[in-house]
Amino acid sequence: MAKTLFDKIWDAHAVNTIPDGPTQLYIDRHYCHEVTTAQAFDGLRNRGIRVFRPERTFCTPDHNVPTENQHLPIADPVSRNQVETLERNAKEFGLPYFPLGSERNGIIHVIGPENGLTLPGMTIVCGDSHTSTHGAFGAIAFGIGTSEVEMVLASQCVLQSKPKAMRITVNGTLAHGVTAKDVALYIIAQLSTGGATGYFVEYAGDAIRSLSMEGRMTLCNMSIEMGARGGFVAPDEVTFEYCRNRPYAPKGKDWDRAVEYWLSLKSDDGAVFDRDITFDAADIKPRITFGTNPGMGIAIDEQVPAAPADASAASSFADALAYMGFESGKQLLGTPVDYVFVGSCTNGRIEDFRAFASIVRGRRKADNVTVWLVPGSRAVEAQIRREGLDRVFEEAGMELRQPGCSACLAMNPDKIPAGKLSVSTSNRNFEGRQGPGARTILASPLTAAAAAVTGVITDPRTLSNK
Amino acid sequence: MKEKFTTIKSTCVPLPAENIDTDRIIPARFLKSTSRDGFGEKLFYDQRFDADGNPIADFPLNNPVYGGIILVAGKNFGCGSSREHAAWAIHDYGFRVVVSSFFADIHRNNELNSFVLPVTIPQDMLDRLLATIMAAPATEVTVDLESQTINCEAVGIDYQFEINPYKKYCLLNGLDDVDYLLSRRDDVIAFESNRKNK
Repeated sequence: MAKTLFDKIWDAHAVNTIPDGPTQLYIDRHYCHEVTTAQAFDGLRNRGIRVFRPERTFCTPDHNVPTENQHLPIADPVSRNQVETLERNAKEFGLPYFPLGSERNGIIHVIGPENGLTLPGMTIVCGDSHTSTHGAFGAIAFGIGTSEVEMVLASQCVLQSKPKAMRITVNGTLAHGVTAKDVALYIIAQLSTGGATGYFVEYAGDAIRSLSMEGRMTLCNMSIEMGARGGFVAPDEVTFEYCRNRPYAPKGKDWDRAVEYWLSLKSDDGAVFDRDITFDAADIKPRITFGTNPGMGIAIDEQVPAAPADASAASSFADALAYMGFESGKQLLGTPVDYVFVGSCTNGRIEDFRAFASIVRGRRKADNVTVWLVPGSRAVEAQIRREGLDRVFEEAGMELRQPGCSACLAMNPDKIPAGKLSVSTSNRNFEGRQGPGARTILASPLTAAAAAVTGVITDPRTLSNK
Repeated sequence: MKEKFTTIKSTCVPLPAENIDTDRIIPARFLKSTSRDGFGEKLFYDQRFDADGNPIADFPLNNPVYGGIILVAGKNFGCGSSREHAAWAIHDYGFRVVVSSFFADIHRNNELNSFVLPVTIPQDMLDRLLATIMAAPATEVTVDLESQTINCEAVGIDYQFEINPYKKYCLLNGLDDVDYLLSRRDDVIAFESNRKNK
C-alpha cells in the first residue's frame, strides 16, 4: 500500500503500540534548553536513574541569555540559576553541552542543523514547540512538554498518538520580495491558528522545492502556529548539500549509505492524506499580521478585515484589535513603528541577515526606530562579520547583538516596552509575548528592513536594492 | 507520588476568550524557576494583575462570584508554546478540569501529564455552558472520568467525552508514562539492535 513519508518514518521508529493507546516512539535526537528541562532531570534523580542514551541528547542555553556582554555572568540571578542548572545537569548526566559564548552556542533550533545533528529521516524532539523547524530536513520533529522530556531522558522514547496526515502543496514560483516567512504567514492565515491541530503537515510543490534549507526551516518552524504537531519537506539534493561535511553528519562510506537511505524518503505516489490542500504561489505577497495570533494576517497592502460573523470569535477579534490599536477596513502601510527585531529560530540565520542587509545597504535607520539584530548562533554571527554585513548595519546606524532567543519571548533583558509597536521576524504576536503590553507585527526580514529604514510599515517591494 | 483522579463536582470559572495561548496562561518571564511548584500565583498573570501588581477586578479569576476547580475556556485553548508550566500553573492554582470545545495538541498532553483533565465538548454546548455559568455562577458541573461523562442539569448537559483509554487508566490509577516506559526498556534495546542489523 502506498505510504506517506510521515508513515514511513513513524513506522520505522515505533517500538510498541499500546492497544487503544499511544505509540512508543523511538527518538533519534533530543535537544535540551534551560527552560523546560530542570524538572525532568529532577525526575530522574527522584527515580534514581541515569539518562538512558546520553549520546542522543544535546544541550545549550538560549532563552534566558542576554545578547550583550555574554562574557560576563548573567545579571539576573534567577536566569543565571536556570542556565547553571542546565550546565550542572548536562555534566552530572554526561550530556554534550555547548556553553554560552562557545563556538557552537546559539538558539537550539539553529545550532542543531548547523552542526549536522539534525538529519533526514530522524525523529527529533525538544521541550520547545518550535522543534518543528527540523522538519525542513525531512525529519519528524515536534515539541514536547517537560514530562515528555523526562520520558526521553529515561527511555529514549515518548508516548505519542499518531497524528493525521495533511499535505500542503504550493505550486508555482514565488514573486520577487516574497520569502519563506510570507509563505508561512499566508498558509497560517488561510488555515487559522488552530486549523492544523491534530495533523502533521508535509509541504510539497514547486514553490516549496525552490526554497533553500534555511527557507524550509523558516516554513517548518511556523507549522506549530497553525496548531500542527509538526511539518516537514521531503529531503532532496538541496538537503544533502546542506548536510554534507557538517561536524556531526556521517562521513565517507557512512555518508554514502545515509544518502542512499535518504533518497527513499518520500511519500509514495498515490499515498492518501487525511487533508490535501493546494495553494498558488502567485497569490502570495509580502505578509504582516494585524492581530494577536499568527493566523491574524494580511498581505502588506490589504486592509485589516472585518470581524468574523460568529459571536464569540467576533469578541476575541475585537479584543485583539483593541490590544493592537488597529481598526477594521484600514491599511497598516504607513503606521509608525517603534522597534524592529530580526532574529529567533524563525529568521535568525545568515540568509535572513543577507536579506535584511539587501535593503538596508546604503540607507539609514529611521530615527524613530530601535533596531535589534540578533544572530541565531555564534556561527551566524561569525558569518555576518566574514561577509561584512556588520559594517552595512553599522553604517545604517544599527547594532549587531550576540546570539540568543532575545526579544522573541521576553524572558531575557530584550523586552519590547508596553504599548510599543514592534515589527518582528519571530514567530508569535501573542499579547505580551515580546513584553507586557508590547504590540507585535510578524513579518519577513525584508519587510522588517523596510520598516527599519523608513520608520513605518512599508512594502519592501517599493524599495529597490541599492 | 501522583494523585489519582476521582469524580469532581464543582462550580466553574468561565474564560470565554478563544485561542488562549500558553504565553497568556503563563508569561515566559515566569518560567525561570527550576521546580514545578508555585506557578499558580502567576496563572494568567498579565490578565489578572495590572502593571503595579493589583488585581484587575473584572478578570474572572479575581471575581469573587466565580470559584471552583473547573475552568471553562473558549475554543483552541492552550495554543502556542509547549511550556508544561502552563499546565502546572493551572494545576497549582487548584483547577483539576479544563473544559473547552478544542484544545491545542501539546498543551492537551501536558495537562494529562500534570493531572489536569482536558474535557472536549461540542461548541454549542460550550456556548450554553459559558452563558449559564456567567448568569448563574453557583451552577455546578460534575465530571466523572470512569464513565467519561460531563453533567450539568441546569444546562441540560449529559455528555460522554473522549479520552484515550491508556491515559484514562493512568489518571484513574495515579500512574505516569515514565513508569510505563521504564518497564519497556528491554523492548527499546531490542529495537536498537534490530535497527543496527538492518
